[in-house]
Amino acid sequence: MAKTVAERSSEDDIQRQQLTELYRLMVLIRRFEESVYQKFHEAKIGGYLHRYDGQEALVAGVIPQLQLPGDYILCTYRDHAHALACGTSPGAVMAELMGRATGCAGGKGGSMHLIDPEHGFLGGDGIVGGPVPVSLGVGFAIKYRGSKNVCVCYFGDGAMNQGGVHEAFNMVGLYKLPVLYILENNQFAMGTSVSRSTAQPDFVKKAEAHGIRGEQVDGMDLLIVREAANRALDHIRTTGEPYFLELNCYRYVGHGIGDDNTKGWQTYRTEDEVSEWKLRDPIAKLRDTMEARGYLTPEQAEKIDKQVLEEVHASIVFAESSPEPALDSLYDHVYS
Amino acid sequence: MATMRYLQAIRLAITQEMERDPNVFICGEDVGQYQGTYRVTEGLLQKFGPMRVVDTPISEIGIAGLATGSAMAGLRPVAEFMTWSFALEAMDQLVNHAAKITYMSGGRIHCPVVFRGPAGVGTQLSAQHSQSMESWYAHTPGFKVVMPYTPADAHGLLKQAIRDDSPVIFMEHAGLYGTQGDVPDDPDHVVEFGKAVVRRKGKDCTLIGYSRGVHMCLRAAETLASEGIECEVIDLRTIVPLDMDTVVESVCKTHRAVVAQEEWRNVSVGSEIAARIYEMAFDQMDAPVERIAGADVPMPYAKNLERAAIPTDSDVVAAVKRTLA
Ligand SMILES: Cc1ncc(C[n+]2csc(CCOP(=O)(O)OP(=O)(O)O)c2C)c(N)n1
Ligand SMILES: [Mg+2]
Repeated sequence: MAKTVAERSSEDDIQRQQLTELYRLMVLIRRFEESVYQKFHEAKIGGYLHRYDGQEALVAGVIPQLQLPGDYILCTYRDHAHALACGTSPGAVMAELMGRATGCAGGKGGSMHLIDPEHGFLGGDGIVGGPVPVSLGVGFAIKYRGSKNVCVCYFGDGAMNQGGVHEAFNMVGLYKLPVLYILENNQFAMGTSVSRSTAQPDFVKKAEAHGIRGEQVDGMDLLIVREAANRALDHIRTTGEPYFLELNCYRYVGHGIGDDNTKGWQTYRTEDEVSEWKLRDPIAKLRDTMEARGYLTPEQAEKIDKQVLEEVHASIVFAESSPEPALDSLYDHVYS
Repeated sequence: MATMRYLQAIRLAITQEMERDPNVFICGEDVGQYQGTYRVTEGLLQKFGPMRVVDTPISEIGIAGLATGSAMAGLRPVAEFMTWSFALEAMDQLVNHAAKITYMSGGRIHCPVVFRGPAGVGTQLSAQHSQSMESWYAHTPGFKVVMPYTPADAHGLLKQAIRDDSPVIFMEHAGLYGTQGDVPDDPDHVVEFGKAVVRRKGKDCTLIGYSRGVHMCLRAAETLASEGIECEVIDLRTIVPLDMDTVVESVCKTHRAVVAQEEWRNVSVGSEIAARIYEMAFDQMDAPVERIAGADVPMPYAKNLERAAIPTDSDVVAAVKRTLA
C-alpha cells in the first residue's frame, strides 16, 4: 500500500532526527579526540592514548541501535568513542583521562580502561584480543538468563591473530551465543599492515569457519554500517546466534600518542595514503548525504559543531576542576 | 669503552651475537620494518634481512612457540615481547615448554632461547601495562632470570644470555632505556650470571636491588650519607641464579638489610632474599630485613595514586632508619 504524504513526512522527520543525532555523535567523538590530544600535550593526560579519528561510523552506526542498559558492549583500548556512544557523559570520560575522582572509573583506569556498567559498557581492554574471550562469557550469561539481549564486542584486525580469539569464536559458534563481533579493520596493527600479519586476510571466512555468520562492510559510511548492524542485531535477537561484521576503515592518526610523536607511522604508510582515505571521511559523507536529502543545512551543521565544542569544553572544565582520587582509596576495590 | 644508552647497549649485544653466530635470530611484534616499538631493534632488519629479523603478528603464543621450537631444533632465538605484560598470553609455552623440556628429556634436548623485552612500572600505563612480574619466572625451575641496571650489564648479560644453553628471561626496564653508561669495546664482553656487584661500599646497612631498584638504593644511600649513615648497595643483576654469597658477606658486616624492588611485595623476590638471609645469617641480623616494594594493588592510573603505589628512594631511606632505630 502506498504511503500517505503525512506518513512519508513523519518517517522523514524520524530519519532526520535520528541522523542528526548520529551526526552529532560523530562530531562529538572527533572533537573530543582532538581536544584529548591537546590535553595530552599539556601533560593533563598521561599513559597511552589511542584515538578513533576516522573510525567514528563503527561506533555511531552500531551502539545507538542497542538497548542500553540490557545489551552489553566490550571493546579495546581505543575506547573513548565507545564510552561516549554508550551515553557516558563526556565529563566523566574526560575526568577519567585526567585521572580524577569523578572519572568513570574513579581515576583508576585511565584512557584504556573506560567503563560504564550502568550503560551496558563493560569496558575497554588494554590487551589485544582480550575482550573476545570475555564476550563469550557475557553472551553465555545472556543466554543463561533467557533474555533477548546482545553482547557487542569490538576488536582490531591485529587481534584476529590472537589464539584466544579463535578459542572464543569456536565456543560462541558451538554454544550459539548472542554476540555481535565488530572487527575494526583499520588496516594496521601498530606498524604492521594486515597483509604483513595475516596469511588468510578474508576475516569473514575465519568467522564462518567457527560457525559464525559474517559479512564485510564499508566502515566509512554510517548509513551502510547502521544498516548492517540492524541486520546483524535482528538476526541475533531472532535466532540467538552470533554474527560477525568486518568493518573496513582507517585510523587517521598514529597508533597511539608515541607513534604520533616519533612519526613512527612513516615506516608503514605514506601521507598520500592517509589523505586518500580522508577523502572518504565518514563525517563529511554523512553531512553531504543529509544536506542532499534536505535533513541538514550548513547553518545547522555549524550550530551542531558549535554546541559540540561547547560540550567538549565543558567536559574539560569539569575534569580540570575535579579532585584527584583520595590517596586512601589506593587499596579500595582490590577485592569486592 | 664507548658511552651509550641502555637500549643501544642491548642493540649492540644483539648485533654482535648475530654477527658471531649465524644461528642467532630475533623475532617479535614490530621488531623489523617498524624498527622496534622502543627502537631497540632499529636497523637490524636492514642489516640482517627478514630471515633473521622476523616480524610476527600479535601472537604471543606463536612468538614463544617459534622461539622454543627453533631452539629445540638447534637455533638460538632472541624473542622480543613488546612488553612483559603481553608474555602472559604465552605463559604455557614459556612455563610448560621452554622451561621444562631439558629436564623432561633427561637432558637430551637444550632450549637456548632468550625471551626479552621491557618490564617495569610507571608513566601512568595503569593496571594491564604497568607491572613487574619477575618472581613468576624466578619461581619456575628451568629459567634463568636476568634484570640489568647499567648499559654495560645490559650488554654483557644479554650476550651471556644468548650464549647460554638454557632458556633465559631477560627483563629490561623501559624507564632505563635512555640512561647512559660506558660499555666495553671487547666484542666478547660477557657478564657471568650469578655474580652480584657492589655498587657502593658502606658499613651501616645493606641495600639490595636489581634493575631500576638499584637506582632507588643508590639515591637513598646518597641521601643517608649526608646524614652520616653509610649504606652498601648491591646490584643482584640476575635473580636466578641468585648470588647470596655477596649478600651474606655484606650483611655480616652491616647486620641490617633492605631489599628494594618494583614488583609486588607478596611472595616476591624480596620475600625470597629475606628468607635466605634468615636461613644463612640469622644470628648476624640486628633488625628484621625490610622489604620496599610496589603496593599490592593493580597499578592505578591517576598520577597521585600511581605515585603512592610505586616505591621510591625515600621509602628506602625510611626503611634504613627503621633498621637502625
Ligand atoms: C597481547 C598484546 N600484545 C601486544 C600488545 C601491544 N599492542 C597494543 S595495540 C597493538 C596493535 C593492535 O592492533 P589492532 O588489533 O589492529 O587494533 P588497532 O590498534 O588497530 O585498533 C599492539 C601490538 C597488547 N596490548 N596486547
Ligand atoms: Mg588495527
